[in-house]
Amino acid sequence: MNEYNVLSFLESSAAKYPERVAFKDKDEAINYNDLLIRCQKIAFVIRKNAQMESFEKNRPVAVFIDRNIKSLQLFLSVVYSGNFYVPIDPTLPVERIQAMLETLQPARCLSATTRKLPVEADSFDSLVEQAEALDEDYCEEIDRVRKLVIDTDPLYAIFTSGTTGVPKSVLVSHRSVIDLVHRFAEEFPFPDQPVMANQAPFDFDVSVKDIYNSLNLGGTVVIVPKSYFVMPAALLPYLQENNVNVLIWAVSALRIVQNFKLFDECIPDSISLVMFSGEVMPIKCLNYLMDYWKDATFVNLYGPTEITCNCSSYIIQGRLNDTDNIPIGNSFANTEMFLINPDTMQRIRKAGERGEICVKGSCLALGYYRNPEQTELAFVQDPEVTAYKDLMYRTGDLGYYDESGNLYYVGRKDHQIKHMGHRIEMGEIETVVNAIDEIKMACAVYKESKEMIYLYYSADSECDNIIIKQIRKSLPAFMLPNKFVYMKELPMNAHAKIDRKKLAELE
Amino acid sequence: MEELMKILNEARPDVDFENEEALIDDGILVSFDIIYIVNAINEEFDIEVNVSQLKPENFNSAKAMWDMIQKMQE
Repeated sequence: MNEYNVLSFLESSAAKYPERVAFKDKDEAINYNDLLIRCQKIAFVIRKNAQMESFEKNRPVAVFIDRNIKSLQLFLSVVYSGNFYVPIDPTLPVERIQAMLETLQPARCLSATTRKLPVEADSFDSLVEQAEALDEDYCEEIDRVRKLVIDTDPLYAIFTSGTTGVPKSVLVSHRSVIDLVHRFAEEFPFPDQPVMANQAPFDFDVSVKDIYNSLNLGGTVVIVPKSYFVMPAALLPYLQENNVNVLIWAVSALRIVQNFKLFDECIPDSISLVMFSGEVMPIKCLNYLMDYWKDATFVNLYGPTEITCNCSSYIIQGRLNDTDNIPIGNSFANTEMFLINPDTMQRIRKAGERGEICVKGSCLALGYYRNPEQTELAFVQDPEVTAYKDLMYRTGDLGYYDESGNLYYVGRKDHQIKHMGHRIEMGEIETVVNAIDEIKMACAVYKESKEMIYLYYSADSECDNIIIKQIRKSLPAFMLPNKFVYMKELPMNAHAKIDRKKLAELE
Repeated sequence: MEELMKILNEARPDVDFENEEALIDDGILVSFDIIYIVNAINEEFDIEVNVSQLKPENFNSAKAMWDMIQKMQE
C-alpha cells in the first residue's frame, strides 16, 4: 500500500507472475518479465537520446500511438525514464498535432505507429534495437532515476477539447493513479486473473484504468483492434477467443453491442465485470447486456479526466425500467464530492436541489500543462476553507442528491457535450469556424435526440463547402458538425447574444 | 441511390462519398457513423442489415452499400 510510483505495480506483478502475459494485441504479446526488462532498457535509451542531465526529470515525451502493445511499452518506458508520457493520435489533423507539440515542447517524440508523422520521432523498432545493444550498466542508472521520482510527479498528460480553440492538456500525477487503482481493487469484484479487453484509445483516460488496474492485479490487457468497433462482426468472437472477463468501456462502445444485436451471433461467456462511463447509459442498452451476461456485475462510473478517470460509482442492482435514471452513485473512498451553487459558491446540502459537482482528493490532476489561466478557473480554492490551501475541481457538470444520498447527473452548466464518447467544447468548433473570412457569426448546437452537432452560421451566402474544407485542417473528425445550416441572420436574445435556446429548438 | 447519398451526406458532410472507395479500410468512417448509417438504411429501405453483413466489402463505398441494399430488397 505504500507505492509512490506506478512502476511498483509492474514490478510486483513481474516478481509474482513473470511468465504471465501482460499485454497482448492482434499480432503479438509480451509477458511481465520481458516487459519490465524491455521498458527499463528503452528508458535508458530515451534519456540518452534526449540528452538529459543526471538530475533532470518530469519532461514531456510525446508518444504517437496505435492500437498495439508497442504503445503501452513506450508509455512505461517513458515512466522509467523519469518523464511523463503524452499519447498523441497520429490520425489527427497535422495542424492540431502541431498545436499540441507547441504546448508540450517535448523532450523527445516516440512512435509506436507505422503511419506517416508530421514530426521526427524515434520508432519503437529503433528504440528496441538500441536497447538490445546495451550492456548491464543501464540498471544502475534506471535505479538511480527511479529514486528521483516522487508521487506528486506527473505520470501522463492527455489532451482534451478547449473552448479557446486550442486543446488543453490535463496533467496527472503518479499519486492520482495509485489512488485510483487502490479504490478499484477495493470497491469492485475483479476476477482472480483479470483479462481486460481494452476498447478505449490510449489518448483517452478510460484506457488508464485498463493499464494500471491490470498491472496491479497481475492481469492481461488485450487490445481490441479499432476496426472491430466499426465493422463489429468480429468483436465478440475476439473477446471469447481471448477469455476476456473484464470490460471497462465507454458507453458508446457498449451501445454498439446492443445496436447491432451482436449477441445474436456470439455470447462471450467469461465476462464477469462490466464497467462503463463517459456518457449516460441508455437503459435499453444496459438491459440488453444484462439479459445476456446474467452473472456479471455492472458498474456505472462517473468522472472527468481532471480527477483521474472516475470519482464515483454505482453498482447496478438489477434490471431497470425504461424511465429509471441510473445514479452516478457515491464517491470513492479518499475522495470528496459535493454540490455548489455556481453563482454563490455556497454548498448545496438539500436533497433534490441541483448544483455543480465539485471534487476534492488525491485524484485531482496537477492542472493543465502550460496553461495557468484555464487551470486557475477549474482548480479553485474550496470557498469553505479559508485557513489553508485546499483545492477542489469544478467539473462543470450539474447534479443532485436523492433522499438516500445517491448522486445523479443532469447536464452541463456550459456548452461542453459528449458525442460518440468524445468530450467536445462547442466553443472550440465555433472558434475555428469564426476564424474563416466568409463567416459573420457561427453557433454550434448539439441536438441530443438526433445525436448530431448542428452548425448554424451567417455569411453573405451559403458556404458549407468552404467551412468543411477549412475546419478539417484543425478539428478531428469526431468534432466536425453533422449538419450545416445557413441563415441570413442568427437569432439573438435580449442580451444581444446568439439565442442558443432558439437554435436548439429548431428542427 | 439518391436516398442513400442523402443519408451518407447527413452522417458525414465532410466525406466525398461519390469517390471514396475505402471508407472502412482507410478508417474514414468510424463506429458511430456506421450505427447512424445502418439505422438510417434500415429505416429508409425497410430492411434489416445484420451483424454478418457488417463487413468492409459492404461498406467501403457508396456503391458497395447500394449493391448490398438492392440485394436485400430482392
